[in-house]
Amino acid sequence: MSYSGDRILLSSQREGQVSRFRAWVMVLVPLAAILFQVYVPMFFEFLKFLEMPLLVVIYFAVMRRSQISGLAIGALVGLAQDSLSQKTPLGMYGIVKTLVGYFAASVGVRLDVDHALLRLVLAYFFYVFHQFFYWVMARALLGQQQLVFEWGKTLSVAALNAVVAVALFRLLDRLRQTG
Amino acid sequence: MESLLNRYRNITVLLLVIFAQLVLLAIQVKNGADVPLIRVWTVTAVTPVARLVEGMRGGGSGFLHNYVLLRDTSAENRHLQTEVDRLKLDNIFLKNELNRADRAKALEVFQRQTASKMVAATIFMVGAVSNSKVVYVDRGTLSGVQRGMGVVTPDGIVGKVIAAYPTASEVLLVTDADFAAGVISQKNLAHGTLKGQGTPMCKMDYVAFEDKIDPGELLFTSGDDRIFPRGFPVGVVKAARVAQPFKEILVEPSGLQRGLEDVLIVVQGAHQAIPDTPPVSQPVYIAPAPPGNPGTDSGAPVGAAPRATGTEADKLRAIYKSAAEAQHHTFGEGGPGIKLPDFTRLPAPSATPNAGSTPNTGATPSTGGAAAVTPSPKPPLNKPGTLLNKPGTPRAAPEAVTPGAGRRSTPAAGTPPGGPPH
Repeated sequence: MSYSGDRILLSSQREGQVSRFRAWVMVLVPLAAILFQVYVPMFFEFLKFLEMPLLVVIYFAVMRRSQISGLAIGALVGLAQDSLSQKTPLGMYGIVKTLVGYFAASVGVRLDVDHALLRLVLAYFFYVFHQFFYWVMARALLGQQQLVFEWGKTLSVAALNAVVAVALFRLLDRLRQTG
Repeated sequence: MESLLNRYRNITVLLLVIFAQLVLLAIQVKNGADVPLIRVWTVTAVTPVARLVEGMRGGGSGFLHNYVLLRDTSAENRHLQTEVDRLKLDNIFLKNELNRADRAKALEVFQRQTASKMVAATIFMVGAVSNSKVVYVDRGTLSGVQRGMGVVTPDGIVGKVIAAYPTASEVLLVTDADFAAGVISQKNLAHGTLKGQGTPMCKMDYVAFEDKIDPGELLFTSGDDRIFPRGFPVGVVKAARVAQPFKEILVEPSGLQRGLEDVLIVVQGAHQAIPDTPPVSQPVYIAPAPPGNPGTDSGAPVGAAPRATGTEADKLRAIYKSAAEAQHHTFGEGGPGIKLPDFTRLPAPSATPNAGSTPNTGATPSTGGAAAVTPSPKPPLNKPGTLLNKPGTPRAAPEAVTPGAGRRSTPAAGTPPGGPPH
């Protein structure tokens, strides 16, 4: 795998190469991410901070460079995540991840998303956005006024997720179709 | 228009998707109802994979733990061994508690059946001097115990209190060399003094050489010493030798045979009789007679010889007795000159069904009495030679089967041993 040189901004949309994935990758990887979210913390509670579905949504959105594809993946993963949590009404994570997918894909069109630093920043930013927007929706739509947004915790956990995202994205790059 | 749609296609789709989810959310929030269908789909899609992963994890973890990583096995073994040892100790403790409860119950029963007033006590300490046979019990003057009181168990006397403290007492055991108690033998009522020797055996002293006492005889307290009431078991005579001026008698004390833990202190003695029988006498169970024996039925035909059990003489006696009863003769009644029953009319025996099929049985008796035990179904009077026609004794047979003549001439040959029953 190779990263493009020092250029982060693409001069035109054509410069960005659309990554393609096999169908089973598009199904199994989000499924594995959701499973990780609900299964692994049972045994390793310290891994609970990882928002693996969000990272997967970000990856596929930026790599596919298609806003519709990104929002679709975000909506599906978000709804699945909502479905596995009886406390959360269906649509909360769905809406948030839809927006994340859309905006991530929009960024992917403009930027060279193969760059490790950019991936780190993107993951960090979208994690904070995801948490903040969820908090806004919970207060606005569900009336959960008692919810407090913990900036410090969110920013530090976002950093951890960003570091994991860089490694995860490199791993997922291997599943890209070449040629 | 078409280009406008293409230009805003992405944002339109986004808004549609967001709007759809907002509607979904609004429905749930407004109605307070869930949308189970989507959850069912998701759970159905996720669960099999989760199960597969869990199975692989469990199998892999089990394989790793059971076959690869055995580093905890030895520690676990040690832990289990410790646990087993602890459980063994618990088991022993509980068994001891059970035995203790049994002993306490036995003491209680003994205490209830004995006229003397007694206090139960537990031995908790032994004397400090190694060669003395002294123990301490957990009852003292506060419980009414005084110096000089006897200490017993249901099996026999144990010792006597030599010092009483408020909460404990010192007991001198029967085996101590300083111990002495008056005893009497059960069978010959020989009086003497039981003395300890510092060994497991005691001796009975001051028994005159002309007094009779046998090994195996039981000894009981005589009450002469004013310590033990009369009638408590003491022990059994193991050996008795004639000596001057007193016999040498070795006694095995019975109170110490099963170990010592719980005892009774006699705080108010009551003399009792020396039992005639050994303390342990259990009734013997006799099973009922097996079914189908013809002679045991109460409805046996009159005239048939009753079935007699026991020796051959008993059977023969039963035959004669039944013949006499059939003629209304009662043995033991009437004076001289009474008409004797006619023993020529003996009933047909039914107790020996093989007698008719083995005619030679009567040809080989060793004695005349034994020959008559197996009478033929046919009256022996008609064929006298069939029963007692023994080679070499031809004349004895007719006389034997003619009881009247037989009794006069050779009573031992034809009558049962001792003659007919009287």
